[in-house]
Amino acid sequence: MTATDGDRRDGGRADDPNRRHWRFLLLVVLVGTIIVEPLLWFVIRVHMPPGRQTTAAQGDQFDATVLTMMASPVVIAVLAYFTYAMVVWRHPKGAPLVDGPPIRSNLKVQASWLFMTSAIVMGAFVFGTYELIVPAGAGGGEGPSPIWTPTSKTILPVQVIGQQWQWTYRYPTYGGFETTQLVLPDNTWIAFHVTSLDVIHSFWAYQLGVKADANPQVDDVAFTKTQQTGKVTVRCDELCGIWHGAMYNYGYVVSRSSFNSWALRTEKRQAPLTKLLPPFSWTYSPSANGAGGGYYPSSIPFPSSESYGKGASGPEGNLPGVKVSHKGLSGGQ
Amino acid sequence: MAMTEEARAGTGQHGRITARERQRNPWLGQSVITGFAGAAIGYLLGHLFGNIIASNYAVVKASGVNNVSICLGLALGTLGWLAGLGAFNYAVAKILGYEPAKEEETTGWQRYFKMTLDHKVVGLQYLIAVLGFFFTAGLFAEAFRTELLSPYSHFIGPDVYLQLVSEHGTMMMMMATSLVVGPFGNYLVPLMIGARGMAFPRLEATSLWLFVAGYMVILTAPVYGGFNTGWTAYAPLQTEARGGMDSYLIGFGVVGLGMILNGFNQIVTITNLRAPGMRWTRLPIFVWAMLTTGFLLTLATPVLFVGAYLGVLDRTAQTSFYVNAHGGSSYLWENLFWFFGHPEVYIMALPGFGLVGEMLTVFSRKPLFAYKVAAAGMIGVALLSFFVWQHHLFQSGINPDMRPLFMLDTELISIPTGFIYLVGMGTLWRGRIRFTLPMMFSLAMYFNFLIGGITGVYLSDVPVNVTVHGSFFVLAHFHYTIMGGLVFAFFGAVYYYMPRVTGHMLNETLGKIHFWMMFVFFNLTFFPLLIVGFLGMPRRVFEYAPRLQGLNAFATVADYLLGLSFVVFVANFIWSMWIDPKPAPHNPWQSRGIEWQLPDPVPFHNFDRLPLILSDPYHYGEEDPLPVADFRGGGALAALAEAGVAPFDAYAGRPEIAHPASHISDPGREV
Repeated sequence: MTATDGDRRDGGRADDPNRRHWRFLLLVVLVGTIIVEPLLWFVIRVHMPPGRQTTAAQGDQFDATVLTMMASPVVIAVLAYFTYAMVVWRHPKGAPLVDGPPIRSNLKVQASWLFMTSAIVMGAFVFGTYELIVPAGAGGGEGPSPIWTPTSKTILPVQVIGQQWQWTYRYPTYGGFETTQLVLPDNTWIAFHVTSLDVIHSFWAYQLGVKADANPQVDDVAFTKTQQTGKVTVRCDELCGIWHGAMYNYGYVVSRSSFNSWALRTEKRQAPLTKLLPPFSWTYSPSANGAGGGYYPSSIPFPSSESYGKGASGPEGNLPGVKVSHKGLSGGQ
Repeated sequence: MAMTEEARAGTGQHGRITARERQRNPWLGQSVITGFAGAAIGYLLGHLFGNIIASNYAVVKASGVNNVSICLGLALGTLGWLAGLGAFNYAVAKILGYEPAKEEETTGWQRYFKMTLDHKVVGLQYLIAVLGFFFTAGLFAEAFRTELLSPYSHFIGPDVYLQLVSEHGTMMMMMATSLVVGPFGNYLVPLMIGARGMAFPRLEATSLWLFVAGYMVILTAPVYGGFNTGWTAYAPLQTEARGGMDSYLIGFGVVGLGMILNGFNQIVTITNLRAPGMRWTRLPIFVWAMLTTGFLLTLATPVLFVGAYLGVLDRTAQTSFYVNAHGGSSYLWENLFWFFGHPEVYIMALPGFGLVGEMLTVFSRKPLFAYKVAAAGMIGVALLSFFVWQHHLFQSGINPDMRPLFMLDTELISIPTGFIYLVGMGTLWRGRIRFTLPMMFSLAMYFNFLIGGITGVYLSDVPVNVTVHGSFFVLAHFHYTIMGGLVFAFFGAVYYYMPRVTGHMLNETLGKIHFWMMFVFFNLTFFPLLIVGFLGMPRRVFEYAPRLQGLNAFATVADYLLGLSFVVFVANFIWSMWIDPKPAPHNPWQSRGIEWQLPDPVPFHNFDRLPLILSDPYHYGEEDPLPVADFRGGGALAALAEAGVAPFDAYAGRPEIAHPASHISDPGREV
């Protein structure tokens, strides 16, 4: 029923059972952390999703690794503690039932716990905020008025249109043609303008580290910079109806020259069809009479075209053939 | 402080049955049979009104679906259900100037099919109801996991798949909000605080039968074509969905109303009906959990109710609150939904923390470590939970400038949540840990919730959220917190409290089979799904990348076995309660909790005299601990004072002063 005399010795003497338990647990946590942390950084990091095809993807990968490294000592400590408790403080079966020591609180332990968890949380917050702001929104949809923008002079705008149940892409700087295949130039900042014609979708270009909801009548802008060529999987990440699961397609990041020739070729080939499309707009609204393919461009001027890439009015020669002006989006029409 | 029984006049709990009344056929009064009749009449009337009102609407003629008649049918059907059960009898009698019929103590199994004002019966009714929700929704999960065995071959196809996913999610969320507050909150809170019942027994019973009505309403969805929006039902998909969407909106409204009533009742009961001496610092930690959950239920659920109401208007009266094209905003529903939805996560988490806190102290024979920190943590979680909802909308395009703030809030909430670990670990420190079934479930909860909590940090971080948001990672994360946390705590509490509630122990061998199957296969189901999500599989898809088939198939098979673990539980329940019932010894776990000191079975009034609370129930390990309560309402204390014995000394080492059954912690007891 009661604690033994030994249990009640809570002072700092050498035979204090508290100290013995602490020492062992700290040792386990220390050794575990020393083993796990380098493993995470040197071995696991490079395999972390979603890869390094863009700056946003690489940022996601780095962030996920750092968070894992921050979390690992906590996980090790908690698991070690519970395992230790279950083994060492297990009540022997069949033995008389006695109570443990009546320890109701320990200010030092409680204060240390509060300090450590607060430090971890604040560290995660500062790190996450830095990683959000510096790489221009980390590939997430920033809405029609993005506040974290790239300073590059060459930003390729690509409009992503979600509709039940497919993705299409319009290239406003190439006359506003529309395709079902996403093609992007390598080593280029991309501004995805994501919108929807019907319900909410979510544009998830997995390898690009980009995700932005497609809301009807909303221009949701997300930035990233491509840095590796390769295939891209695009999926809808927001339930949008019966064929949501089948709403995926693939895209490619290709060299700048390949992209340019593809874009010019497609612009020319698609020109007759582009004329039938509603004029390019950041968003579209359903048309009651079915004119313009059933949609008409929203008349609301969206600031997104003017609020980022201020330097984009510079010479276009940085990216052969890619028209980088954000003022002249209608110029292709 | 404590409300007198007279103040609760009209509860009818003070009546004793007479011999003549005892002979009355229990089915002659109002019961679920009249409830069903009322529901049928209400539904037909509602449907008729809907047809009269809206059959000429252009949209009804064009679509052939009359949402007005569906909504009115379900709403009036629910009212009819309550009327049939007798929920309005008292109010109607009072309004008409009649003396309401006396509501007497009832006995026999028929009372479980009636509207009763006995909180213990309501608790057990809630238990069966939440299990009904849980197993029904669980069966849906088995079906749609079968669909995911293959990325291309289809077992049920996309339409049925999405309907099942949506029904599963909605029903589980409805169920989880009441999983602990319903059965254990209603049963235990009055016992733990020394009260004779809940403050508002009629509201208590009404919340239960609203919960049951919600079960029936949500299951009408397939009749109207189902709904394929998931449990989040984002508009405008919600607005264009088939008639089953009306079942979702009305169902959430009905269950939400019950949640508000239940939460409100918990707050008032705990605030006003505490027995003398039951200070805030003596409240069992489970009661703190119920109090904070009560506030969340009362403050957050009305937002869901209003959101659902606006959704019903969009679908019936052709308003456009959520339709962007007509001047509304799809963000409105997202904000309303998650303003409720995130506090709801803690409505589901806090009760589990409270239950586990109770069980840890008993099975480690230690006082609850850092009691005040535990209570402060629950309050902190409850407060912060209202400031984090937009982390569900990080990629939505709304308020990018607010993202650091919501990231901070979300990460801050892990500090008070972490207190639960501090409390748990401190309680175990040098304890005498007994691996009983409740303790095994409690320890498993800490393991599961650790994974759930850590994965939550990834979701709160905006950059990493880009990859994991909306994927199977999120799905696995919240299953780790809700199922791994709340449901494990719930089953631990079922094993722990069944001897108190029913007088029978659940079979330990079957219980251990249940535990190990549930623990192992739960982790084998959901850990692979964390990986699947990280590798790029969105939620709610019926087709996925072939490279992910191995992990998906593995998770599906594990899920079948997880489902089988609940068959073992049901078999155990039936076996232990009816086939081979073993009477439980009094206070079989040697707990100091007041609820365990009461006689078996618990008397109808709980306490013949309101007890005088003398200490909190966690004085384990102390020499000559103060008894937890004087069950003679202070009479024993007064008698000793008259004899010249100082009150504190009098109680020290004299547990017989309290209820005879309060003698605990027998050092000679073999376990």
